[in-house]
Amino acid sequence: MSDRSKSDGDRTQAPLGRRPAEVVANQASGGYRIVSGLDRLGPDPQAGQFYMLASERGWGEGAARPYLPRAFSVAGAERGAAGAEGVRLDFLLEDVGPGTGRLARLEPGERLLLTGPLGRPFSTPREVDPEAAGAILIGGGIGIAPLAVLRDALAAAGVPTRTLLGFRDEAHTGGIELFRCSEVGLASEDGHVGHRGYVTDLLAQVLEGDQAGTAVVYSCGPPAMLEAVRGLCAARGIACELAMESPMACGFGACFGCAVPLAAGGYIRLCVDGPVVRGDRLETALVAGAGHR
Amino acid sequence: MSRARIGISGSATEFCGIELAHPIINASGTFDAIAARRVFGEELISRLPFSAFVSKTITLAPRAGNPPPRLWEEGAGMINSIGLPNRGLGGFIERDLPELAALGVPLIVSVMGTSAEEFAALVEGVAGRREVAALELNISCPNVHSGLIVGEEPDETLALLAAVRPLTGKPLVVKLTPNVADPSVIARAAEAGGADAVSLINTIKAAALDPRSGERWLGAGGGGLSGPAVRTVALRQVADVADAVEIPIIGMGGVESGSDARDLLTAGASLVAVGTASFRDPLAAERVRSELERGDGVRH
Repeated sequence: MSDRSKSDGDRTQAPLGRRPAEVVANQASGGYRIVSGLDRLGPDPQAGQFYMLASERGWGEGAARPYLPRAFSVAGAERGAAGAEGVRLDFLLEDVGPGTGRLARLEPGERLLLTGPLGRPFSTPREVDPEAAGAILIGGGIGIAPLAVLRDALAAAGVPTRTLLGFRDEAHTGGIELFRCSEVGLASEDGHVGHRGYVTDLLAQVLEGDQAGTAVVYSCGPPAMLEAVRGLCAARGIACELAMESPMACGFGACFGCAVPLAAGGYIRLCVDGPVVRGDRLETALVAGAGHR
Repeated sequence: MSRARIGISGSATEFCGIELAHPIINASGTFDAIAARRVFGEELISRLPFSAFVSKTITLAPRAGNPPPRLWEEGAGMINSIGLPNRGLGGFIERDLPELAALGVPLIVSVMGTSAEEFAALVEGVAGRREVAALELNISCPNVHSGLIVGEEPDETLALLAAVRPLTGKPLVVKLTPNVADPSVIARAAEAGGADAVSLINTIKAAALDPRSGERWLGAGGGGLSGPAVRTVALRQVADVADAVEIPIIGMGGVESGSDARDLLTAGASLVAVGTASFRDPLAAERVRSELERGDGVRH
């Protein structure tokens, strides 16, 4: 296809249509929840890809929100988990609105309705920069989710990786266990864990180090954090990929709602040309309307 | 609802001389088949849920679209202010048309101009293409000469048809706006001007406020409401237009089930378009069709 981006042939395609997935777990993780569904029909997702989620019941009924599905990066994927046929998909979420609230209250045995995997996944470090020798992962809040999957993929590929995670305060901390058995640098704005301050402070320190020049930075988190990451990387000439969020109705390129402005002018649709975008392509990571769920 | 209509079912039908496998199509701007093929692969082609495909509206020059945010969710629908991003006529012909032709269903191309001359250039550029079965005229825009919204003024609508009707023998469908006191007046003007069909409803003007700041939420200020919230408005307007004109009608507005589609067919529509429901489920139109065929369809 003429307008395919470079990575189109590499992305995992989704089965057409929305399909049910049984909720197999819904666990508290700090101030967040990890909701797991068993996808019997879909393929294994790639790190950075996302799903559109709704609950089978209590969604799009009557005159109350939620009406539209919600986009979530996959925070974990395991085929054949606990002997079940299919892929167990983990989603990290926080109850911040009617959609996330409904998902946070899902009980095992209920059904999710999902479409996916969707979107452009993270590239390998070598795809981003042929000289790259390692990776730096920096996540903030609920945005740490896709980095957990990326961390596993990089570890499996033998890529040296440093992981930095930041949180606002204790009530807005969770999901750290998704980064099982890996060394993680932590920061929190209230100082309840790790460095007191922003996780981007840690990134600035790491980027001062000798080996940082050959690393690729991967990031996901709130817009202000992504913009700070973008600035730090640009100042040092280090390539970065950002997994972003924007208000999104469909997830498959139909609604044109998730427009993100490019440095070269015009917009991309984050659902099909993202959600992972190279930092230097963007006009800004401060996406209007992001976070309104 | 005085007109006797063809049998209301999900079976094969004919529209302006175009044979269709069933009466369910997409609403313009609610399904990008090219992007969907990137996402879903060849299953999109083998299982396309629409019997004809209506393109996103194209304009003469490329458009980037409106500044974000472009969406607002409501309990029974959503407001959008997308702003018709598209490659422009040249880019559409060169890049989009070959891919849309590969869908294997009749193609209806939606066009919008800001003057009769622009509309004429678009119709001339599109209608001669063998890949194109019909055109839809999106007239929910101002005429730069008069400042009037073409689709809100019967005289403007009639004048537009006078300019473009002679340019093609292919079916011309006029997309009606619901943002008028009586859409049947515009429908009559379209029919008098030689339109082959009308389609309705477009979105209803709406706005939302940022809950934190109280400022307008949408980047463009206002937008258009769609989804189940507009379904009863669509039903009324389709019925009124069906009473006013003899040309066929494509009915749309909040269709989520076979029952919703049947209501619009009963009100006088010949085809039914699924729009916002596809955002929630890319195969929503397939379910609507199968419920229509089976004669059921639970209300949502």
